[in-house]
Amino acid sequence: MPLAEHLDHHGGFLLRGFGGDRGPMMLIDAVERAGLTGHGGAGFPTARKMRAVAGRRRPVVVVNAAEGEPASRKDAYLMHTRPHLVLDGAVLAADAVGAHEVIVALHAGPSPVSAAVAERQAAGLDPVAIKAVQVPKEYVASEETALVRFLSGAPALPTFTPPRPFERGVNGRSTLVQNAETLAHLALIARHGDEWFRSVGTPDAPGSLLVTVAGAVQQPGVYELAFGMPLKAAFEAAGGLTEPVQAVLVGGYFGAWLPAETALRVRLTPADLVAAGAAIGAGVLLALPESSCGLAESQRVATWLAVQSAGQCGPCAWGLPAIAEDLAVLTRSGNTTNVKNRLERRLRLVEGRGACHHPDGTARFVASALRTFSADLARHRRGNPCPPARHPVLPLPDDPERR
Amino acid sequence: MTVRLRVNPITCQAHGLCAELLPELISLDEWGYPLLDPEPVPAELMDYARRAVADCPTLALMLTED
Repeated sequence: MPLAEHLDHHGGFLLRGFGGDRGPMMLIDAVERAGLTGHGGAGFPTARKMRAVAGRRRPVVVVNAAEGEPASRKDAYLMHTRPHLVLDGAVLAADAVGAHEVIVALHAGPSPVSAAVAERQAAGLDPVAIKAVQVPKEYVASEETALVRFLSGAPALPTFTPPRPFERGVNGRSTLVQNAETLAHLALIARHGDEWFRSVGTPDAPGSLLVTVAGAVQQPGVYELAFGMPLKAAFEAAGGLTEPVQAVLVGGYFGAWLPAETALRVRLTPADLVAAGAAIGAGVLLALPESSCGLAESQRVATWLAVQSAGQCGPCAWGLPAIAEDLAVLTRSGNTTNVKNRLERRLRLVEGRGACHHPDGTARFVASALRTFSADLARHRRGNPCPPARHPVLPLPDDPERR
Repeated sequence: MTVRLRVNPITCQAHGLCAELLPELISLDEWGYPLLDPEPVPAELMDYARRAVADCPTLALMLTED
């Protein structure tokens, strides 16, 4: 959406529209009352992150639009269709925390963001400098500390914390890293207020979220849903299911499988999903058809996740390949008790032992596959592995069909 | 004030000295990387814990206070 059309549709915004010099802090207060949390995966309260940066010397705002999750398209979609809404949010957040610099972190490839930034500069819209930076496509590169390190001129690898980015971020400066979608919500809160934001969703999970709906649905794509709606509303929004579904991957590759009967009953709130054994993560909802083999699908992704380890931390560098191999053995030969026990021990072993959450997320994903596809394990053991002919449903970045 | 062991997993190179020096609180996983007791370091082991921290060849082991 071009700038003129954007301002026409959403209206302009006044940086100090919240009331004189107290304006910036009042925006943080409004964000807090709205209950906005991060939409990048971790779900951290946005206002608390902003307060940690506000008032520090020469802070920087980083827009994390470098979606690393292969099954997620929501940030790419948002940056393509509503770049100005995200940039509005970034500028408002920068003003609120006292930053004069905004960096938009994107994947390589055509993007309307540079044009949008130029458009804003020509219009003299923003009192802050905005620049777009392309970041490597590796899965861990969009992790917050890896991103900050890359933007400081080093390789895009996660770092040991503390210091967290708010303490020492880009080039040593206090840095607010926010997911692109989070900033779009912030821009709407600044315009319409926290009560408007809370008019959809539930008291504990206010507002709406973008989800990437994929798998066995009529129209895969990005949809907006209110928190608290049934998960199956996402599949209805995508035109309904194309065939019977056995399980749903919730959150992405750091997320979890839920059996279809659980997934189609659950409500889309963080608390309901956690109670069901999943988390909303990056907003991926992927319907796995009955005709697919959940074990084979999971094993393929686990192998990819092992390769995506930055290789910095021993338990991740050694543990994830061992986990992927165990899962491959189980997929080939079924419920081999020793291998299953070893795999379950290794899943517990790697958790919390990396500098970033890559091993934790991978372990969660694999553990959920063992739970959800336990009947398949038994079937494979009896010498009836699933037919391998079907094209994989879970997307990986190297798939030629994906982009 | 409680003191706990923590390791920087990026700098740790699995030398394993810590598990030799403080077997009460540190064991090694199947790849040789340390598994730390998450409980606070008991007072009677504090000197040994400090020794293990000081002797880590990559200075990956540390004591944190919370």
